[in-house]
Amino acid sequence: MTIDRRTVLTGLSTALLLPRLARAATVTDATGRAIAIPDQVERIFAAGPPASILLYTFAPEFLLGWTRSPEPAQCEFLGLGACDKPEVGRLTGRGNTTNLEVLLKLKPDLILDVGTVNDTYISLATRVQDETGIPYVLLDGRFDATALAYRQLGELTHRQGQAEDFARYADTTITTIKGRIDKIPDTQKPSVYYARGPRGLETGLSGSINVETIEFLGARNVAAERRGGMATVSVEQVLAWNPDVIITIEPAFAASVRTDPVWAPIKAVQTGRIHLSPRLPFGWVDFPPSVNRLIGLWWLAKVLYPDLFPEDLRPMTRDFYRQFYHMTPTDAQIDAVLAGSP
Amino acid sequence: MGRSYGLLIAFAVLIAGLLLAFTVGRYPVSLGDLLHLVIAKLTGRSPDVPAAVQNVIWLVRGPRVLAAALVGAALAVAGTAFQGLFRNPLVSPDLLGASSGAALGAVLGIYFSLGVLEIEALAFAGGLVAVGAVYLIGSAMSPRDPVLVLVLTGVVIGALLGAGVGLLKYMADPYNQLPAMTFWLLGSLAATNVTDLVPLFGPVALGTLVLLALRWRMNVMALPDEEARALGVPTTALRIAIVAAATLVTSASVATAGIVGWVGLVVPHIARTLVGPDFARLIPAAALLGGGFLLLIDTLARTMTATEIPLGILTALVGTPFFIWLLASVSKTWA
Repeated sequence: MTIDRRTVLTGLSTALLLPRLARAATVTDATGRAIAIPDQVERIFAAGPPASILLYTFAPEFLLGWTRSPEPAQCEFLGLGACDKPEVGRLTGRGNTTNLEVLLKLKPDLILDVGTVNDTYISLATRVQDETGIPYVLLDGRFDATALAYRQLGELTHRQGQAEDFARYADTTITTIKGRIDKIPDTQKPSVYYARGPRGLETGLSGSINVETIEFLGARNVAAERRGGMATVSVEQVLAWNPDVIITIEPAFAASVRTDPVWAPIKAVQTGRIHLSPRLPFGWVDFPPSVNRLIGLWWLAKVLYPDLFPEDLRPMTRDFYRQFYHMTPTDAQIDAVLAGSP
Repeated sequence: MGRSYGLLIAFAVLIAGLLLAFTVGRYPVSLGDLLHLVIAKLTGRSPDVPAAVQNVIWLVRGPRVLAAALVGAALAVAGTAFQGLFRNPLVSPDLLGASSGAALGAVLGIYFSLGVLEIEALAFAGGLVAVGAVYLIGSAMSPRDPVLVLVLTGVVIGALLGAGVGLLKYMADPYNQLPAMTFWLLGSLAATNVTDLVPLFGPVALGTLVLLALRWRMNVMALPDEEARALGVPTTALRIAIVAAATLVTSASVATAGIVGWVGLVVPHIARTLVGPDFARLIPAAALLGGGFLLLIDTLARTMTATEIPLGILTALVGTPFFIWLLASVSKTWA
């Protein structure tokens, strides 16, 4: 066997290149782009609130900082030094608040965004990735894609096993609840008005991410005649809709609506079916729309179909907070959360 | 156009607006039920109408209709007074920063998640403080042309306040606060209820009465300062009174309805084509027309779709073509 220069060069280059090739994995995100992922992913920049929460639940040590620092009331329910992390601003959404140089200074291995996948966000992801040279991964933020988001996050961080635990929690929650609700005929599903704003006159239209779990549970969203995001309606319109159930995230509104003569004729008020969503550390119905809605789905199912969901939410809440928020709430804390205290 | 009939026409517009606003809405109320209710109320009998319908008329639609009429009248009167005071047809009641001050107050309230009444109070105070600051800065310079300096100061302070609003919008929570701010800045009466009427009615009534009482003297204010003073009119005192009254009504209406553009700018011109330039008739005509116009707009805003359409969008969409038509048809007689 003769050894010529060509063989030597090939051998050398193979020896140099192979380890690199073997380590560099590519992951396809929700935009369909194949993104080369570094072999060490330990510093992740979350581009918006949903991404921060997803990442915090899964691997808090990788989260470089929050889009907005959590309030003291939220910190009570966040473990593992969540509230020691800095505020780093928002990269996407309605307006950037992060300076790209600040982003570079944080030296992230990866930028993670979770949310709507459309041309705007795809082009934003591509642009930031080209400008910074940091892989920018966009995951689908829809509620029923939660398990998928965890599995993809597992691939990105080379922690597939742990991701499977979270993904299975999401899958089990969704299939268990769906399984019970599917048996109900459509005519027996309640109509729901989702109230936000201090006077309860902001609501989510059909397909809006704010009412995603309400619609997911088969309830009839009274504002569904139009598609879109949030909109303002008049009291007169709510009276005309006459919903069976009112769900709100506004403590002031929940307190006043029961005695407000204007709202008195509405069916939900007369039957007392006004429910204030738990909101700590993150809202259970929306706000921000992330994995916090998984435990919220149990609460919402119980509120909408009390006969089908006799479970006590307290042990479930404790388990969820232990796994996802890395803290074990006391009984008093759980009661306060379930009462929707602000 | 017969000027003696002008006031009657303006009055008819207001009545038509009131009738339309009371009879149309997302909750079906028949004309019969409505008449029944009103007659029963007037004669003191207990009405034979479902409680839900009574509820809609007295507690939901009624307060909103009154608020629309008051806000429309207030903005139109303030706009008319300012156009006379500044001798400029392009002036609207927010010239001296009333709207931008109120906007900053309201956006601040939304940013700190305050209640509705606190937000309205902040907006009201913001409008008063902004105009007060403009007036103090403007008159501290003791200029040769006080009106021009006042206008310039208003523009500059308005831009500064606008920057403050922009900053708060930028820092606001995009899921919760930003839509509320945007909606407020576009103007709406969707959240109006009975408790809003008192803080709206008091300042609007007071300011409008002052402007009505001063309407004879406003004709003199249209003259240059020296000539007005030669006629024995205390121009500085009169100017302060007009600015204060107009600011009071503007701040109160902006606090309740948000920023409703266009009305204060254009309704005075429509009123002028009806009754002529004499402020004695112009001020009442503007009040009636403004009320009727905003009633019509607000009725559209709450009935066209299940969700509310911001007033600022509709006033521009409906008002602009109408104004262009008006301008074209009366341009020969336009002064």
